[in-house]
Amino acid sequence: MSAPRGEGGGEGRNAGGGRGEGWGDALAVEGLGCDRAGRRVLSGLSFRLAPGEALALKGPNGVGKSTLLRLLAGFLPMAEGTAMHGPVSLAADRAAFQERIAFAGHLDAVKPALTVADNLGLWAGLHGTGAARAAAALARFGLERIAGRPAAECSAGQRRRLGLARLLVIDRPLWLLDEPTVSLDTASARLVAELIGAHIARGGAALVATHIELGLPGLGTLTLAPPAEAAPARSADPFLEGRW
Amino acid sequence: MSRPALSALLARDIRLALRLGGGGAIAVAFFVLAVVLIPLGVGREPQTLARIAAGVIWISALLAVLLSLDRLFQADHEDGTLEQLMLAPVALEQVVLAKALAHWLTTGLPMTVVAPLLGLMLQLPAAALPALTAALALGTPALSLLGAVGAAVTVGVRRGGLLLSILVLPLYIPTLIFGARAAENAVLALDPWPALGLTAALTLFAAAFAPFAAAFALRINAR
Repeated sequence: MSAPRGEGGGEGRNAGGGRGEGWGDALAVEGLGCDRAGRRVLSGLSFRLAPGEALALKGPNGVGKSTLLRLLAGFLPMAEGTAMHGPVSLAADRAAFQERIAFAGHLDAVKPALTVADNLGLWAGLHGTGAARAAAALARFGLERIAGRPAAECSAGQRRRLGLARLLVIDRPLWLLDEPTVSLDTASARLVAELIGAHIARGGAALVATHIELGLPGLGTLTLAPPAEAAPARSADPFLEGRW
Repeated sequence: MSRPALSALLARDIRLALRLGGGGAIAVAFFVLAVVLIPLGVGREPQTLARIAAGVIWISALLAVLLSLDRLFQADHEDGTLEQLMLAPVALEQVVLAKALAHWLTTGLPMTVVAPLLGLMLQLPAAALPALTAALALGTPALSLLGAVGAAVTVGVRRGGLLLSILVLPLYIPTLIFGARAAENAVLALDPWPALGLTAALTLFAAAFAPFAAAFALRINAR
């Protein structure tokens, strides 16, 4: 595995103006391991994701794709290994690492009681990226027609699109997407692939767990295999582990 | 940069709480109803009512706050909002503080506003009403802050409301004692200021430690 540091080129890529940190940094994962409920789900996982690259995360159900994405998003504790994004280590400075990440998981984080536009506007306000960006993201996902309606009236596909629109609003270099195309029609699934392509074209990186072919040129593949042997069971009690 | 971000979060929480079923209005309605029921239970002798008025109002306030606490983080936990908040450029401790503040503004503050009317109804002497109101204004923020810790610990527990009550009610004891004592002292023409000062001190203490404890528990529950 190559060294986690030294992936330069950030200066040229930061031409976008007003962007956050971490554009042009590579993600380097070495020897990563994770325990879930006392069972070793991931172990010895190493890969590298350079800026301008996207990796499709493949593997059978239950192999740990979601676990890997949630681990890199800083929600799960690492059992072993390192994950670096440029100079920032997930283990040493979780907050700085998380500020480089946009995560879209199984849950869309949509409030049914708020309107579609307000749902997105909250994240634009929290991330300080401005209302114009939220409006553009709504238009990109074809949601402006229902922008004033409560999100409770959205279909599953519309809600998923609203959740994915947040990726365009919060402007982070590293996208971690967990089955982004679930409940989307083919046109919207194509749109997701296009957006991932546009994201990596401007110097971002994406790790996408997916079961379908996104049809994205230059998309690499990272296949997870089940661990060869069951690791000895450890305490599953987060309060006793004392890692956080 | 985080001030507009936090005001956005605060505004969202207040709006969600004010929606029908959001919890805020229901907690206040429960508070009023519980206090109104007391004279029906214990009789309407003015001396009896005046003596227990402060305690009754405070205990009703505790129960009303508990009623609205279990959804404080649970809704955000279930729909994935909490995960997104952890990635936002705002410390989770600040998020907790903003949510506790929104909770107080939609439950504790309205209860403080209606408390003088309920005090009058319970034959509390007019001279004791300022002390009662001041004690609630100073003490109810602690109920929201301490409750946030309990709500964060039980966020992943289905039907965790009962567990939450058991965890949080003991933490409310000091605020209950000093908050109720302030109004009682005013009824007895004693000095209410020491009790008011201690109530405020408890709130400050809760504000200092609750955001950290709650954020810690939320991070563990995010796994």
